[in-house]
Amino acid sequence: MIDLESVTDTEQVKEEKFDANSYLNMELLRFTTAGSVDDGKSTLIGRLLYDSKSIFEDQYESIRATSEKHGDQYVNLALLTDGLKAEREQGITIDVAYRYFSTPKRKFIIADTPGHIQYTRNMVTGASTANLAIILIDARKGVIEQTRRHSIIASLLGIPHIAVCINKMDMVDYSQEVFDKIVEDYRIFATRLKTKDIHFIPVSALLGDNIVNRSEHMKWYEGVTLLYLLETIHIASDINHIDLRFPVQYVIRPFSDKFHDYRGYAGRLASGVIRPGDKITVLPSGFTSKVKQVELDGMILEEAFAPMSVTVLLEDDIDISRGDMLVRENNLPRQSQDIEAMVCWMSDKPLQINGKYALKHTTKDVRAVIKEIKYKLDINSLHRITENPSIGMNDIGRISLRTTKPLCCDAYTKNRDTGSFILIDEATNITVGACMVID
Amino acid sequence: MSYTLNHLKTLESESIFILREVAAQFQNPAILFSGGKDSILVTYLAKKAFCPAAIPFPLVHIDTGHNFAETLQYRDKLVEKLDAKLIVGSVQDSIDHGRVAEEKGYNASRIRLQTTTLLDIIEKYKFDACIGGARRDEEKARAKERFFSHRDEFGQWDPKNQRPELWNLFNGRMHQGENFRVFPISNWTELDVWQYLAMEGIDMPSLYFSHKRRVFFRDGAWLAESPNIPMRPTEVVEEKVVRFRTIGDITSTGASLSTASTLNDIIQEVAATRVTERGGRADDKRSETSMEDRKKEGYF
Repeated sequence: MIDLESVTDTEQVKEEKFDANSYLNMELLRFTTAGSVDDGKSTLIGRLLYDSKSIFEDQYESIRATSEKHGDQYVNLALLTDGLKAEREQGITIDVAYRYFSTPKRKFIIADTPGHIQYTRNMVTGASTANLAIILIDARKGVIEQTRRHSIIASLLGIPHIAVCINKMDMVDYSQEVFDKIVEDYRIFATRLKTKDIHFIPVSALLGDNIVNRSEHMKWYEGVTLLYLLETIHIASDINHIDLRFPVQYVIRPFSDKFHDYRGYAGRLASGVIRPGDKITVLPSGFTSKVKQVELDGMILEEAFAPMSVTVLLEDDIDISRGDMLVRENNLPRQSQDIEAMVCWMSDKPLQINGKYALKHTTKDVRAVIKEIKYKLDINSLHRITENPSIGMNDIGRISLRTTKPLCCDAYTKNRDTGSFILIDEATNITVGACMVID
Repeated sequence: MSYTLNHLKTLESESIFILREVAAQFQNPAILFSGGKDSILVTYLAKKAFCPAAIPFPLVHIDTGHNFAETLQYRDKLVEKLDAKLIVGSVQDSIDHGRVAEEKGYNASRIRLQTTTLLDIIEKYKFDACIGGARRDEEKARAKERFFSHRDEFGQWDPKNQRPELWNLFNGRMHQGENFRVFPISNWTELDVWQYLAMEGIDMPSLYFSHKRRVFFRDGAWLAESPNIPMRPTEVVEEKVVRFRTIGDITSTGASLSTASTLNDIIQEVAATRVTERGGRADDKRSETSMEDRKKEGYF
């Protein structure tokens, strides 16, 4: 929470002249935050939004009035993210909330997720599309179970960058010793994580130290502020521009005389680059052809790269439909009906061995049967439970399954789009499992 | 060579992907067209997504009968230009058939009544997916909305039991009688929308640009003088230079005093503004959770 006094000065906000041209060349960064009520997550987001001048007067007025009605001593910035009635009444975050802000350098999408173990599925959802995860550590408590759990989920979901914010530094006298000890502890733990790009920042979200503005209290810290890190961290090479994977989403066939013979394959590049003249192979049929044209909305493109949505025309008239994939002949994905994957389970009804589920992978729909649960992961310790493992709500584990038709997939660590799929309960149509293909 | 896509192109690509998913996954989808900038953007993105074919969805306008004349003119011109199919659902008809009762009093509005008309239209035409221009940054209940938002057979939204949406995988499976609302521009902000419209040079309704209008002040907003809005004896009509930040039903759309007369002026104004665009919407001020309540009942 933020003290009423410290945030009433709204006059300075947003008065600079806006540079429309610089805005056009901004990148988009998606990040996720996970945390519970008392670790200062909402305050951190509130601080980022407030200090970057992204809270509007009527939004602020609305949460101020609600805080007052509840008899709160502070303006509760958590109300900005807790949008549902039940959440505001109970003071908890139930679901993933998306927040938006931008600075002259970047536009940001925050997936704000609850941090308790029973909300693992929400954390996984928020993490699935994120470039960066913010992990909050209370400086008084150090690395605890929740820190490890959040980090393991971020790593498992392939988030390339982690910003560890050691918060409440004001409550440990801004001690460098405390900070260094936590960094050391975290580094030892992090050797087991897949994410290698990890940054540590000592902050006080409540008072604003090192969030947007540099702290006056921690001269010993020579690194950057959180916002500066978010604005400058290199994300362009997070996208795989090497392996062409173009899942065909929809076939465009206009019913008009002018475009009588037109067949355009619409889709978004999952990875790689596509150009006219490229020799391609269509999977699963194996037919080959050449790219005749790449276009969108009548505009012919010299090339297209992930994650662009385009329409591809081929030289040859071959049978291609939704669910097929265009790739390069010397760079093929794996094609198999037997898949090994990590699953995060999202349903009250546990995963059934020999159970059949609908499976959605890129633009392809198949059915799958679960063959085996190899182990369940203890998401606090990464320990593998192999004895009679069962996978229920919020559990993560390794499974093997067999699909009715081959999937054209890559390992999740190489490709987050072609390496992921979901399982759907065929009776209720609810998404029950989030899966990542293993090497 | 570095391949980077700026944020507007990234958002465009995401929205086109969603629109194509709708065409692929549903039998009978429609675009809910209000005449506002967000539904104009969605319609424009749909044209891009399927070019050179026509947009494979009709435009559905739920007409409260309390429109700005400019909105209807713009709508009809756009439909003609895109060679799209238009379906109008009339709230007046719903009232005449006794499906709903008109609200009374000075703040009477047909916003809530739209829900019944919309659900009737969905049933009549058997739409299984309705594409809307809602954005998550507009309103706090919308911040938790999915791209593919499942509605039960009564058209209701169950916010506590939403399907998880992972990666770029959208689960549009449903039972008979259920349907989906799909929001392709969920991740756009108001500023993104204007920037994009300017970048693409899209012709917008004149209501968005500053003009002289006879207005009166009520509950912190300037409302247009209209036979559809009864005035209190103390309220006085004045002529002001205004523009509308959102366009909806005339009874609940507030104007703001503004001299912004070009898309670039609007971008400057939006970038510098201190109030969200729904700040002028009387329909959201009814209670803290009015949007969430309406959505649960089956509103957009």
